[in-house]
Amino acid sequence: MINVKDLTKRYARTVAVDGISFDVGKGQIVGFLGPNGAGKTTTMRILTCFLPPSDGTVTVAGFDVLEQPLEVKKRIGYLPETPPIYQEMETDEYLRFVGQLKGLTGAELERRINYVSERCSISDVRKKLLGKLSKGYRQRVGLAQAIIHNPDVLILDEPTAGLDPKQINETRDLIRSLAGDHTIILSTHILPEVEQTCEQVVIINKGRLVATDSVRNLQARARGAESVVLEVAGRDTALDVGKVQQRLQQIAGVGGVVLRNQFDSHAVFEIEGQKGALVRGDLARAVVESGWDLNELRPAAMSLEEVFLQLTGSEAQAQAAGAEGVPA
Amino acid sequence: MRNAWIICRKELSSYFVSPVAYFLLTMFAVVFGFFFWTALGYFANASLQMQMSGQTFPLNLNEQLIRPLLQNVSVISLFLIPMITMRLFAEEKRTGTIELLATSPVRDLEIIIGKWLAAMMLYACLLIFTALNFAFLFKYGNPDWKPLLVAYLGLLLQAGALLAIGTFISTLTKNQIIAGAATFGVALLMFVLGWVGEYESSTWARVLSYLSINAHLESFSRGVLNSKDAVFYISMIFFGLFLTARSLESLRWRS
Repeated sequence: MINVKDLTKRYARTVAVDGISFDVGKGQIVGFLGPNGAGKTTTMRILTCFLPPSDGTVTVAGFDVLEQPLEVKKRIGYLPETPPIYQEMETDEYLRFVGQLKGLTGAELERRINYVSERCSISDVRKKLLGKLSKGYRQRVGLAQAIIHNPDVLILDEPTAGLDPKQINETRDLIRSLAGDHTIILSTHILPEVEQTCEQVVIINKGRLVATDSVRNLQARARGAESVVLEVAGRDTALDVGKVQQRLQQIAGVGGVVLRNQFDSHAVFEIEGQKGALVRGDLARAVVESGWDLNELRPAAMSLEEVFLQLTGSEAQAQAAGAEGVPA
Repeated sequence: MRNAWIICRKELSSYFVSPVAYFLLTMFAVVFGFFFWTALGYFANASLQMQMSGQTFPLNLNEQLIRPLLQNVSVISLFLIPMITMRLFAEEKRTGTIELLATSPVRDLEIIIGKWLAAMMLYACLLIFTALNFAFLFKYGNPDWKPLLVAYLGLLLQAGALLAIGTFISTLTKNQIIAGAATFGVALLMFVLGWVGEYESSTWARVLSYLSINAHLESFSRGVLNSKDAVFYISMIFFGLFLTARSLESLRWRS
């Protein structure tokens, strides 16, 4: 649905986006992740034809943003960082204006206005002035505006910024429910948001692509070796933790066994596998064969936060090292 | 052009839901009303004196009253036009709504024409107030309406040119005050450009006085439809809107 190839955006003195490439398939939700000033907004503005790229090609639904901007714009709904609302308009009036701009007319227009008002739960403020609405409502009106023409692609720039926790959850639910019909790109610097809402992640830092993958793979990749959380319980008797630890240690491929938590009848271990080794099966067998109960065995998911810090941090370190390496 | 009309309607309604339109209309009505009142008093006095001194042919309403009054309108416009155009793009840039317009399937030209048209319509509303005053002349006197129509056309064209320039200037800044002040400065300068021609007759002086926005109103206000002057205004309108289009485009390359 969206193909970005070697996209570069230069401003007068700075390079905001530096040769990034990624693809987004139809119906996917992609999280666009990066610290402030990483080039997220610039990339989104290029996708929406607000800014032209300096280099590289960007196509949306098969249309090039430079060659056929009107076709691209027809298929895109865009919510900028600050919702683009006219303070002096009423919600209904505003949605009607935007709908008309996007080419809707007559009964279809009214139907869509009703639908998006319902969908974004702004039905109770339809006759209110936008200038008088709270931040949360404005954000939702902004979202309603973005989906009014039922676009193939939705581009949301920090859709949950400035909302309270309840509104954040509602907005995330809304966004998730929009996936499938729409291809969604949302930018954020809030990591749990990506973990909760997105399937794919594109991480950029300082204008460069750091990683692009599914959330799950990315966590695995950053982890390097597999690490597993294992909960073992003794059968009818108290568990001898030392014995379990010893037994686990003997399994081929196990790097380290750390006791995380100990209770009377069960204990939780975190087991670090050696790089490339898959030890889960062996672990399960060893536990059961030794006569203990296997209560839980799951990959120790590294939070995206750690992944992110690791990825963007290492980048920064590499750059710092590079800078030092240059002879004065 | 459907899109231009959508934008135009939205602009007009934002003029009229905010106090802007009413403020401008009131200001204009009061100032022009005062002009009309004094000019009419002067005219009545002059014609009375003429009758007393025994001159038989009466003063001409069109020549002596309407024409100078309409020229005054262009002076008042000089102050009001920056107030009409200053918000057109500056406000959209400040609030970020320009992103909505620029990412909607609408051509730049349609946005520009829509906004300019809305400004023109608001200006036309101002002119309606002059027509209300002149209606009294038609009730109690017998002025000729054809030169009056031509003069109105001239005023509209002149305002169109200034509004186009104001629209252009509004794209240059996020700050409405700056947009308004700069438009006023440019408009004033174009207004007095003709002064150069009064003491100089070199080529550049003639070029400058040709560019004077006021000199071209002369024929219109006399009720003469001069194609040369009409062409000047129309080309100024096109030039202003062309600059606006360039500026909008460069906004994307720069920002």
